[in-house]
Amino acid sequence: MPQLSASRVTVVAGKGGVGKSTVTAVLARSAAAAGQRVLVVELDGKPVLAELVGDVPCTAISAPAALEEYLREHGFGRIAKRLSATGVIDVVGTAAPGIDDIVVLGKIKQLERSGDWDVIVVDGPAAGHAVTFLTSAIGLQDAVRGGPVRAQADDVVELLRDHERCQVMLVTLPETTPVNEVVETAYALEDRVGVRLGPVVVNAVDGAGVDVPDPGGVDLDREPDGAVLRAAAEFRRARLALQAAEIDRLRTELALAQWHLPLLPVAGMTADQVGLLARSISAGPA
Amino acid sequence: MTPRGDGLDAEGFLDGADVLVCCGSGGVGKTTIAAVIGLEAARRGRCAVVVTIDPAKRLADALGLAGGLGPEPQPVQLDRRGGTGELWAMMLDTAAAFDAVVTRNAGDAAQAERILANPFYRNMAGALSGTQEYMAAETLHLLHGDARFDLVVVDTPPSRNALDFLEAPGVLARFLDHRLFKLLMLPTRRGMRVMNAATQPILRAIGKVVGSDVLADAVAFFQAFAGMETGFRERAEVVIDLLRSDATRYVVVASPHRETVAEAVWFAGKLRAQGITNVTGVVNRIHPRFGTGAADAMAAFDDADAADTAELAAGDLTVEHALAAADAAADPAVAALWRNVAELRAFAVAEHAELAPFTAALAGAATRAVPLLAGDVHDLTTLAEIRHHLFGS
Repeated sequence: MPQLSASRVTVVAGKGGVGKSTVTAVLARSAAAAGQRVLVVELDGKPVLAELVGDVPCTAISAPAALEEYLREHGFGRIAKRLSATGVIDVVGTAAPGIDDIVVLGKIKQLERSGDWDVIVVDGPAAGHAVTFLTSAIGLQDAVRGGPVRAQADDVVELLRDHERCQVMLVTLPETTPVNEVVETAYALEDRVGVRLGPVVVNAVDGAGVDVPDPGGVDLDREPDGAVLRAAAEFRRARLALQAAEIDRLRTELALAQWHLPLLPVAGMTADQVGLLARSISAGPA
Repeated sequence: MTPRGDGLDAEGFLDGADVLVCCGSGGVGKTTIAAVIGLEAARRGRCAVVVTIDPAKRLADALGLAGGLGPEPQPVQLDRRGGTGELWAMMLDTAAAFDAVVTRNAGDAAQAERILANPFYRNMAGALSGTQEYMAAETLHLLHGDARFDLVVVDTPPSRNALDFLEAPGVLARFLDHRLFKLLMLPTRRGMRVMNAATQPILRAIGKVVGSDVLADAVAFFQAFAGMETGFRERAEVVIDLLRSDATRYVVVASPHRETVAEAVWFAGKLRAQGITNVTGVVNRIHPRFGTGAADAMAAFDDADAADTAELAAGDLTVEHALAAADAAADPAVAALWRNVAELRAFAVAEHAELAPFTAALAGAATRAVPLLAGDVHDLTTLAEIRHHLFGS
């Protein structure tokens, strides 16, 4: 079974709907099962993650709380309160976009430095925010030339670029749009951040060990349900072919190892099913 | 409630509607559903424009948007078969739309230029949370007043908080009401003037945290923006009224997975809390069951009555039935084909199990399921196929 590598912080990133939380939980639980001290960090306030991780400790980091804490720790305690009470913090965030992301990443860096954890798995921000989240520190380095926020940005960039300490694992589905998005994201992260990219996780892969015969080669004339069997087989074969083509294209366009998680016919994900998936991560064909 | 086997009642759904808002989380096929609704409207003689945010390339191609981003709606070439309706489509480019709003509303060209060149503005146009939603609302306002169209279908941005779109028109207005704005601007006899930042302790503190050059950009932006905020606020009011009017209908789209269902349920609840009742639910991409009566099983999602669903599940559309048939088959190839049917039905059963909260949240509203297709949506023919599933023949 593939394992999380030595990188202490693994940020799981991907567009909404690709199963990022499931993958986070699967990675965390497979690392915990291998005897590592694992912490899961979630940034979205999604209660679903805590349900999925089983016994693995899970902590939430929210940007406003992290910013207040950061300002307090850096001798701005008095204005921190006033800034958030008046809402001026939004304007500060707009003036220096990414400041929210910086303090969150700074908090993750703190956890990483504490030495309490072998592996920290971060369920990255939702939707298209992953690239913004990870490039914010670089952007801020350009925009802000001094002061504590700049120092924090420098620390964060150092963490992101240190391949021993940090990696990003991208999650996608074996479908056209998610594959396009993951390829774009990978290039953006490599070019603009220089972060190490771990294996790309292809979630919900149908058909491991499935063999659907070509109905054209089967004598269905005397089957009362022949039409049903034919239609179902043609449908599945078309879906599988589409999926295989997308996985191939991903391999061609992105020179990263692939881990495949099987599509399970289960309603949602429970901790048990995540456990099952954690045992069934497979390395995709090279 | 929609009778099973029939499509959505297109007449009740589309007639009297000026605006249709498609909402739901990313990746559920919102843009596809928006395009299909536009297609149906055109088929019924309406002149519809679909505003998409980030369409998949093949869908953009299907809509004739292959040329890339365009601030102007483009006509979609329809096989019209005698109909008089039209379908137009456009992609929303947030930054360009914001620039256009500034240019349109600035007092003069010099003011527009000062704002467009300001680094704080550039950050805000691209990064202020809610900007994309706000621009979708501004665009809606513009198209609603455009005589070429009698229906605007909006595909909302895939925001983390689906309600942002509803609240977006207020966001910028609030932003302009901001404390910082007030801190910076002092009313004088000759209009507003910018305070000396250095005399304000809080501004000095902000400057220490983010750097003084950043603060200077913000001050310059607010200075340049002075005089335009009233227009922004007034348009926000108009859009908020439009979004709550009877002529605006909402389509909540989900895919049959727990996360997107949870988001759709939450959104449906928010709409209800706002007193909005013109809501239709669509579940996109459910695995078909295959078998006699499978179309009914598909439409069973329409029916909140669990007993009906159970009744269907007890028939010969079950996983168990297919597995038994596989065991009974003499030909191993036929057995494999039955196992395939069993596996597909298992996906369908699992997906249906996810939908209960959605059905409950939309109780009383029309709901409709659209099956997963064998291929990608890549042309008007596949869109027409989905149209058939959504609206019937």
